[in-house]
Amino acid sequence: MKDILKILSRNGKEKPEKIATMVGKTKDEIEKIIKEMEEKKVIIKYKALIDWEKAGEDIVYAFIDVKVIPERDVGFDAVAKRIYKYPEVHSMYLMSGSYDFSVVVAGKTMKEVAYFVAERLATIEQVQSTATHFVLKTYKIDDEIVVSLEDKDKRLKVSY
Amino acid sequence: MKNFINKKVLEIPPSGIRRFFDIIATMDEVISLGVGEPDFDTPWHIRESSIYYIEQGYTTYTSNSGLIELRETISKKLFQEHYLEYNSQDQVLITVGVSEGLDLALRAILNPGDEVIVHEPSYVSYKPCIIMAGGVPVVVETKLDDDFQLRAEDVEKVITKKTKAILISYPNNPTGAIINKDNLTKIAKIVEKYDLLVISDEIYGYLTYKGEHTCFATLPGMKDRTILLNGFSKAYAMTGWRIAYAASNRDIIKAMTKIHQYTMLCAPIISQKAAIEALNNGYSYMKSMIEEYNQRRRLIIESLNKIGLNCFKALGAFYVFPSIENTILSDEEFAEKLLLEEKVAVVPGSAFGDCGRNFIRCSYATSLNEIEEALKRIQRFFERYKK
Ligand SMILES: Cc1ncc(COP(=O)(O)O)c(C=O)c1O
Repeated sequence: MKDILKILSRNGKEKPEKIATMVGKTKDEIEKIIKEMEEKKVIIKYKALIDWEKAGEDIVYAFIDVKVIPERDVGFDAVAKRIYKYPEVHSMYLMSGSYDFSVVVAGKTMKEVAYFVAERLATIEQVQSTATHFVLKTYKIDDEIVVSLEDKDKRLKVSY
Repeated sequence: MKNFINKKVLEIPPSGIRRFFDIIATMDEVISLGVGEPDFDTPWHIRESSIYYIEQGYTTYTSNSGLIELRETISKKLFQEHYLEYNSQDQVLITVGVSEGLDLALRAILNPGDEVIVHEPSYVSYKPCIIMAGGVPVVVETKLDDDFQLRAEDVEKVITKKTKAILISYPNNPTGAIINKDNLTKIAKIVEKYDLLVISDEIYGYLTYKGEHTCFATLPGMKDRTILLNGFSKAYAMTGWRIAYAASNRDIIKAMTKIHQYTMLCAPIISQKAAIEALNNGYSYMKSMIEEYNQRRRLIIESLNKIGLNCFKALGAFYVFPSIENTILSDEEFAEKLLLEEKVAVVPGSAFGDCGRNFIRCSYATSLNEIEEALKRIQRFFERYKK
């Protein structure tokens, strides 16, 4: 099962027939397992990984370190919810160490992101402080290296 | 001018597919299933640590036998994985590839005219190396309908007073066959009975897809009679580093070291450092490469069989060896036409011995996408030339 998930995590469009051959199961078995994984939300979603810069769309990302005061009883989760519900929030993590949340915010411009932090994030009652770090360049995302590297096959075309 | 070339060298037949290689060299955009090395780059942790050691000035000779740290690490690994005890001081030798280890082993043991039994189809270097070391190769054929197993009874049939060693090579290049322990045990009995040595090329030992590889030296009574050759080229994707090792009894390692000391001096220090890193921290990276090979293996075997190129269920290395008997072509014609008409490279089976005549070797050390595209082209090709 893990091998199937690994294949899909690399390529969500891989066909069940092909996966079946690759892992040595039948197509029906694969379809059943995938369906089950989808129902259990082990497979959360299938999405495309897009290089927006190449697509001519400017997107600015910022990683924001957020310190909060956890609420009694509900702890961090309730505060987190007030933050991740914003569509501007691209991803969000609870962290160990010197701050509590790492919030990744996406916007069209730095100004837009800064505005979101100042007006939306910082104003949440439990938020003590924020530190905003803008992304300058993306090298690797979701296991994929996105800067163009020399990845030419250097081997001889035939060898024994 | 008279012919200055050494007679033994002249004796070695030129590779029949040289011409084929020359054509490929002039072509762009060939999808190659003809490559005998991993498509993965050496795992980054190995490269990164080697860069560090170069910066630190590890740029010198080492002892002839190789860095003691590497020999100790190898010795420890052999014990952990096979319960084999080789003293790192005098029973392990670091070589420049299994290629060098093979040559050293043969030169260390052969007197002129001594016979070495080799099974075919197998790696192209064996026969020439035996000849150059002054020996006489004696071929035992293995067959598709016997899963390319080397059989003790076939070995016994060709043993003469001059037989000195058997060269065993599983998991096998080019067939992808692995050998079962039962057959190896029977061969071991013959080795004992006729007082022979075994040179065991286990370079693909980690690359098995069903069960564990049996290291020949682990068989009863075989440790002292085996020259175990293994290396980093295949499992760790380190072909360009030229690094491997030999393990055997003291006398043999001493003799091999003597030749190595005067002809090679030592293996490159940086590659030795890289090998230490590979052994210490490379296991999980190796495993994930193997997992990927295995998926490609299943895909390529099933697809070739569907096409009509009957393909033996290879369980080792990264090769499959489909039969081309359902086509009207010879193996060399098949390979050449496939290259020219569909721009897909494979290696004709006869490169690996006469009995490989009806086969081609396809390597799946190539990305899945390329394999799939190559298979589409092979299917088209097959439709044109099927019987
Ligand atoms: C069976 C076999 N032995 C040895 C070698 C050579 O290995 P190395 O790179 O360690 O010299 C190869 C390479 O193709 C091989 O297939």
